[in-house]
Amino acid sequence: MIKVTFIEHNGTVRNVEVEEGTSLMDAAVGNLVPGIDGDCGGVSACGTCHLFIEAEWRDKVSPVEETERSMLDFVEDDGPGSRLGCQIKLTRALDGLVARTPVGQH
Amino acid sequence: MMHAANTAVPQAHENPAYAIPLDEIDVSNPEMYRDNTLWGYFERLRREDPVHYCAKSLFGPYWSVTKYKDIMQVETQPRIFSSDSRRGGVTIMDTNTAVQLPMFIQMDPPQHDEHRKSVSPIVAPENLARLEGIIRKRTGDALDALPVGKEFNWVDDVSINLTTQMLATLFDFPWEDRSKLTFWSDATLALPGDGVVDSEEHRMQIMGECAAYMTRLWNERVNADPRPDLISMMAHDERTRNMTPEEYLGNILLLIVGGNDTTRNSMTGGLLALSQSPDQYAKLCANPALVKSMIPEVIRWQTPLAHMRRTATEDTVLGGKNIAKGDKVVMWYVSGNRDEEAIANPNDFIIDRARPREHLSFGFGIHRCVGNRLAEMQLRILWEELLQRWPKPGQIKVLAEPVRVLSPMIRGYTSMRVRIDA
Ligand code: HEM
Ligand code: FES
Repeated sequence: MIKVTFIEHNGTVRNVEVEEGTSLMDAAVGNLVPGIDGDCGGVSACGTCHLFIEAEWRDKVSPVEETERSMLDFVEDDGPGSRLGCQIKLTRALDGLVARTPVGQH
Repeated sequence: MMHAANTAVPQAHENPAYAIPLDEIDVSNPEMYRDNTLWGYFERLRREDPVHYCAKSLFGPYWSVTKYKDIMQVETQPRIFSSDSRRGGVTIMDTNTAVQLPMFIQMDPPQHDEHRKSVSPIVAPENLARLEGIIRKRTGDALDALPVGKEFNWVDDVSINLTTQMLATLFDFPWEDRSKLTFWSDATLALPGDGVVDSEEHRMQIMGECAAYMTRLWNERVNADPRPDLISMMAHDERTRNMTPEEYLGNILLLIVGGNDTTRNSMTGGLLALSQSPDQYAKLCANPALVKSMIPEVIRWQTPLAHMRRTATEDTVLGGKNIAKGDKVVMWYVSGNRDEEAIANPNDFIIDRARPREHLSFGFGIHRCVGNRLAEMQLRILWEELLQRWPKPGQIKVLAEPVRVLSPMIRGYTSMRVRIDA
């Protein structure tokens, strides 16, 4: 199992554990973490799984690919660490990852 | 009385859709939408020819994309499948020449992106929350005015009335003039001679009136303190403050048109779906919190826009078919939303699906509906307020089959007779 910590915009902290290979979006949606919707089911086509990877984890996650980049362009408050959660597969190297979730998605 | 044949998809072999040669299937025929006979044709295409070429139609030759995953392919490759109005725009009808205003729904990147980014924050969830109270109050007032125990037309008295009110609320538009908003929306989409506009000149004249009115509102608001309406937000936001008059009008019209028929027809479709699925109506009344997952299901079930269109910018292959540069490619959301490979029991209306937002009605990719959370909010408020007033299963009765719109684009209703029992 891989441990992930989600920090909500209001500071609420949630620790979840998911199976290796799960996406960060599925880890959030599957554990009812607020602020992550995942409307397209995980194919970089809706932008409603936007979150921010904490600084110390940013160079450990897989790089941003072209489709993800084009969708990230439209999310609110695109900033350092901005990613689509569905494009990050939770490997053992990401055990303990910390991500912040936004107020809402649309 | 409703008859069973209106709800179910007919069995394969008794359906006329299976009686004609495959290459004669033309799913753009507007009559199929008015008569609600489309389902068998799409079911056959999904099974036998998911990416289908139709050589002759009212709208010329075109490709139909009918399966969920192929539609997703088209949606996520905007460089190959263009929305640009100069190539033909986003409907099977080709571009309506009068509306050459800059509307980002019919632009490609990078132009599209800048416009979308300036409008999108305005309909973000935080902003919508500020409008919720007033929308709820006005929705409640409109429902309190409905006749109880008497037959009436749900489309006029609920769906059109509420969507017009909501547009007026969103723009903080002068209340007594609010029917102008619906009129401008209708005039944008009308075909000359259909009773709304007589000619392209007539249409341009109406657009001119709309421009003058909206410019006056902008000028008032840019000089006043910021308020939570869409025009004031655009006038004060640094990303939108410096739009040209054409860009402003294009964005305004797109917001009016985008949110008008679609939301209206979902308001009618929701009641129709519940009345055809009494078990779901009972489930909802037993647990009104299910409104939240019911709303996306209503939008899937209704699919208010049957299709969006693209034009190929290069030769390409889709679902094994060779599509040539310049070909018209139609993504039939109404079919993808009934694709059993993507959605379990797709013909059933189920108000508590696990992932109810996995449907195509809002499109996907860079053009995905910017108003999707706004539309959901409006519908959620409507159903919360309806259930407050009339909480019993079947209490709002559909009395006859509704009259449907003659269009391969707008999936909607012109009337639906109902009665609310005391
Ligand atoms: C149930 C209601 C609605 C449905 C089914 C719907 C459907 C759609 C669809 C299918 C598209 C995608 C176009 C494409 O892929 O080419 C779209 C785009 C759009 N919609 Fe909606 N819509 C709804 C409500 C609204 C509302 C309430 C607004 C007003 C804020 C709105 C504004 C827009 C805009 C501005 C676009 C263009 C987005 C872009 O091109 O980037 N829609 N809508
Ligand atoms: S779930 Fe749709 S982009 Fe990630």
